[in-house]
Amino acid sequence: MEQILIFIEQHIEMFYFVILSVFVGVEVIGHVPAVLHTPLMSGANAIHGVVIVGAIHVMLNLQASNYILLILGTLAVLLGTLNVVGGFVVTDRMLEMFKKKN
Amino acid sequence: MNALNEICYLIASLTFIVGLRMMGNPKTARKGNLVAAGGMFLAILGTILFHQGPVKPIIYILIGIALVVGTVIGWYTAKKVAMTKMPELVSLFNGMGGACAALISLVEYPNLSGHSFGLIPVLAGLIIGSVSFSGSIIAFLKLNGTMNKAIRLPAYNVLNTAMMMIILVLGILAVAIPNFNSTPLVYGLLLLSLVYGIMFVIPIGGADMPVVISLLNSFTGLAAAFGGFLYDNKAMLTGGILVGSAGTLLTVIMCKAMNRSLSSVIFGAFGAKAEGVSGSASGGVVKDIQVSDLAVLMNYSKKVIIVPGYGLAVAQAQHVIHEIELLLESRGVEVKYAIHPVAGRMPGHMNVLLAESNVDYAKLSEMEEINPEFSSTDVVLVVGANDVVNPAAKTDPSSPIYGMPILDVENATHIVVNKRSMNAGYAGIDNELFFNTKTSMLFGDAKSVLTALVNELKSL
Repeated sequence: MEQILIFIEQHIEMFYFVILSVFVGVEVIGHVPAVLHTPLMSGANAIHGVVIVGAIHVMLNLQASNYILLILGTLAVLLGTLNVVGGFVVTDRMLEMFKKKN
Repeated sequence: MNALNEICYLIASLTFIVGLRMMGNPKTARKGNLVAAGGMFLAILGTILFHQGPVKPIIYILIGIALVVGTVIGWYTAKKVAMTKMPELVSLFNGMGGACAALISLVEYPNLSGHSFGLIPVLAGLIIGSVSFSGSIIAFLKLNGTMNKAIRLPAYNVLNTAMMMIILVLGILAVAIPNFNSTPLVYGLLLLSLVYGIMFVIPIGGADMPVVISLLNSFTGLAAAFGGFLYDNKAMLTGGILVGSAGTLLTVIMCKAMNRSLSSVIFGAFGAKAEGVSGSASGGVVKDIQVSDLAVLMNYSKKVIIVPGYGLAVAQAQHVIHEIELLLESRGVEVKYAIHPVAGRMPGHMNVLLAESNVDYAKLSEMEEINPEFSSTDVVLVVGANDVVNPAAKTDPSSPIYGMPILDVENATHIVVNKRSMNAGYAGIDNELFFNTKTSMLFGDAKSVLTALVNELKSL
């Protein structure tokens, strides 16, 4: 029980963060026309690619001697990059089409 | 963590929020995407440049290789893929993000074995990331057409729930009893989660895939957020939670557009049970129409509404349809497009496809807006759409699409439906509309038939 309290205390700032971000997320999407749902989903998809930051962080703190972990870490960075780059480029391609006219 | 690094993350978080906000408006959407991309670049750069502590050169080299290879492949695929394949691609990239989160947890676990609560983000990232990965791959295969049928094991709901419970219990035990968690357990959890992801998506029919992808998208967001928890990283936390909550809301909005609840998508039967049931019931006479007659009919109409569906996109006929629109407009015919919220394979997908062929944004009307107009319309041309104009959604309570709002095309004076054959639509059900006395069928591949129509129109 005490451990739970300590955990919460240590991460209280994070909990605030989570709660506020949830509301921001809902607010931001709230009144979007159906036209933009697919690009928006794709854009959100690219943004969660921020997980790559974690992958790079993990790599920077690895011992160079553990080959298995090195391979897994490199793979993580590679997949994260695919998510980020592919995600943003695909979204841009979709949105490019809305711009032409006006 | 130093100040400069933190500032990078602060700016990145801000760009994610602002970028997503801007993406909600057609005028600023593209810029919004670039803003978010810029923030992401900064976050990645900051992580590498401002890292403190010794790092072996080999690690920098490996990171560099992964970044370059990932960028090249990601860029190339995203640029090359056809617009019709967009939903598959989003699903695939989403799976990559999930796998990335799961791998981070695998690599990080040895540093935290023996911890109790500190293990929560690691295990959560592992489980959610793996489910998102394997689920997205299945969704990709389904949209791709590689895996067409909804596969249902007997009592799959019970099986899936049981599997989820086992994963949860193992996870909780690993956190609560420090000696319980071990490397084999972590790999066991990985395997179970991967299998669960497959089992989760496999029974769901193809028509519901967009909803599933959106849901898995928010899962990956959640996995990224747990990574933020793990490293006390605000950019990961904001980005992840933002996508988690926005993605969930988007999922709910999509469900609403199809008039289905999320639980019926996940647990319900759709598309699989209906085949053959209503086949004979509606069996009537189908009338067909020649291209030349249609050209005359359209040419002397006052108002034409085009209902595009996925079939139009598959046939790559969006440019031809635009040409028809321009020709008719030049003859004084009013032309509009009626876009069902789930036309194509995803909400908004059809808009993207038509925009690609330069169709004016203002001509695309959403369902609520256009439905009252059908009664004053001379000709409705349905191209490659089926379920979204199926009156069974209104009249037949036993139909799997019953309750889904549809386009009221049957109110128009003439209905012309272009289809390749009399095969059932994506949901696998018959369409009474084809047997309506006002309906004429225009059989053939959308592109070749419409091209012929253009030529006929020109010669009039």
